[in-house]
Amino acid sequence: MDDRRFGAQVTEVPDEVRVRMRGDLDNRAEEALGGAYREVAELGSTRLTLDFRDIGYINSTGIALIVRLLADARRDGRTVRAIGLTPHYREIFRITRLSDFMDIVEGDAA
Amino acid sequence: MTALTSPLRRLLGRQRGVAALEPARADAADAEFDELDPSAPSLAVEIAERDPLLTYLQSAPGPVDIARLELDSPAVLALREAGVALVVPLVSQGELIGTLNLGPRLSEQEYSTDDRRLLATLAAQAAPAIRVAQLVREQAAEAAERERISQELRVATLIQQQFLPRQLPELPQWQIAAYYGPAREVGGDFYDFVEMSDGRIGIAVGDVTDKGVPAALVMARTHSILRAEASRSTSPGEILSRANDLLVPEMPAKMFVTCLFAVLDPVSGHIVLANAGHNLPFVRTGDEVTEIRATGMPLGLLPDIRYEETEGDIAPDSDVLLYSDGLIEAHDVSREMYGFDRLREALATDDAGSELLDRLLETLNTFTGPDHEQEDDITLVTLHRSAGVHDDAVVTASSALTAFSLPGVQGNEREAMDRVAAAVMQLGLAPDRLERLKTAVSEAAMNAIEYGSQGRAEVPVDITVEATAAEIVVRITDRALSGAVPTDAEAPDIERKLAGEQKPRGWGLFLIEHMVDAMDVSTDADTGTQTVTLRLAREETSDG
Repeated sequence: MDDRRFGAQVTEVPDEVRVRMRGDLDNRAEEALGGAYREVAELGSTRLTLDFRDIGYINSTGIALIVRLLADARRDGRTVRAIGLTPHYREIFRITRLSDFMDIVEGDAA
Repeated sequence: MTALTSPLRRLLGRQRGVAALEPARADAADAEFDELDPSAPSLAVEIAERDPLLTYLQSAPGPVDIARLELDSPAVLALREAGVALVVPLVSQGELIGTLNLGPRLSEQEYSTDDRRLLATLAAQAAPAIRVAQLVREQAAEAAERERISQELRVATLIQQQFLPRQLPELPQWQIAAYYGPAREVGGDFYDFVEMSDGRIGIAVGDVTDKGVPAALVMARTHSILRAEASRSTSPGEILSRANDLLVPEMPAKMFVTCLFAVLDPVSGHIVLANAGHNLPFVRTGDEVTEIRATGMPLGLLPDIRYEETEGDIAPDSDVLLYSDGLIEAHDVSREMYGFDRLREALATDDAGSELLDRLLETLNTFTGPDHEQEDDITLVTLHRSAGVHDDAVVTASSALTAFSLPGVQGNEREAMDRVAAAVMQLGLAPDRLERLKTAVSEAAMNAIEYGSQGRAEVPVDITVEATAAEIVVRITDRALSGAVPTDAEAPDIERKLAGEQKPRGWGLFLIEHMVDAMDVSTDADTGTQTVTLRLAREETSDG
């Protein structure tokens, strides 16, 4: 459904770049998320925040996209943190150990 | 209405007069008489009920000259002070219904014998008419009062109904029934079922002292507080204690709430309860009936009360009864109370095949008789645990919750997930457990679409959902176009993935296994089935 279509918006704030995502995070998000990361890379900040507050669904293919983004960020010397994850997806990030490679901030605060 | 006949009007016009009715009815007629000459001082004097003047007037042969009356009566003094010269008793059917008070004649002459005769005749004719008017007014007032009461009852009933659960929890292996019978003057009984955050079921039964709208409002407030507290804690003692602290400052004088709060684990039958001054619940197993003893102060009386918790296990083929005292205190025609002994007896009669709740109501109706007017609300909540379920939750019966097929195209895993979630809604799964099931179903459906249907719409994926007393079982069956869903893939390793030694994908089975309590993949000639099992009650896995 259209309201679940993935989208990512990149904004630059002092000291970091934020990617605010919305919709379903699954393999159909590949292009938009990849594009967003390229934008982040062009902006050059070493700190990236992924904002999940408008993400209602993440599946294993979405996890794979986050893994790829993390790998790119590691290669580029960029730290990544996640905000706005629901308790369920925080749990999944913990089980998959994604949380060992990114800072998981509870709630959607800065 | 107290329209006066025209001769009386004329009389009053000439000779300032007023009809003073006996105290209880005085207000009815005074106003209209006084209207005749608003500037004139009022001749209406209240006569106390026990004043000897009343007895005197009752049998007086005609108008009474107050100035000359020798009677030790405060009313006589008051009448003289008010300027009353003559009091004409208004007697209808031997009953003094009022007086006609007259001041001195304007001509300053004495009342003549003719005057007195005329007044006596007038009084005799007017009295029955005034009596009729009084009765009409009394009836109108009574009707208004009845209307006010019935309006209040409607409001109280409305509030009450607003807060009774619209649905009873449906738990495999448990039959839950509830009854609320309001008295004519609605009381403050309530019951509620709450899903606790750990998947257990909270059951509250309570009774607010007092009746009508005030009781209904306190009931509504208590209901909301209990719900809120039950979402913060799973301990019945803590829930009652916090509810008490919130209710104490806002409880109207002379009111309080008795309440029993029980938390039931539907899988093991374990029950934990705390009691704030409410009737003790009964448990029947076989023909043995026992009370679960738990006591505590009613809610809303004193702050900082701690409520002890009592625990027990409800064995298979047992009944639990929670009830309000309207049941125990129901009377029969000879005013004998229904009482605990009769209740125990009704409970112990293990009449297989009939529902306990129906049986109790039938017993009660037989006891009270057909024309019984119920004095208090009656609330009954019964929980029956079916026979044959063991503590280790051996599956004895399962019910199919849903079965459906979806075209095997990418994206339909979400549809599968949403439909399974909707089907298990009635089981009252804790939100975090539901999320786990959803993720597992979505991943398994994605596997089926990828391996079973190769993403082709004409190759369907079949999904069934069943529930037993202990668990939910979801079976996802595909057409195995690419063979079975592979289970021997290398376990995903985030470090190797980040280092590029493993593909980023390959999380599906890993997620399913960590989300649910069991995952199984089986195949036959042309289908593959993934079976995902989630226990109904939380059992901490190594994943937390």
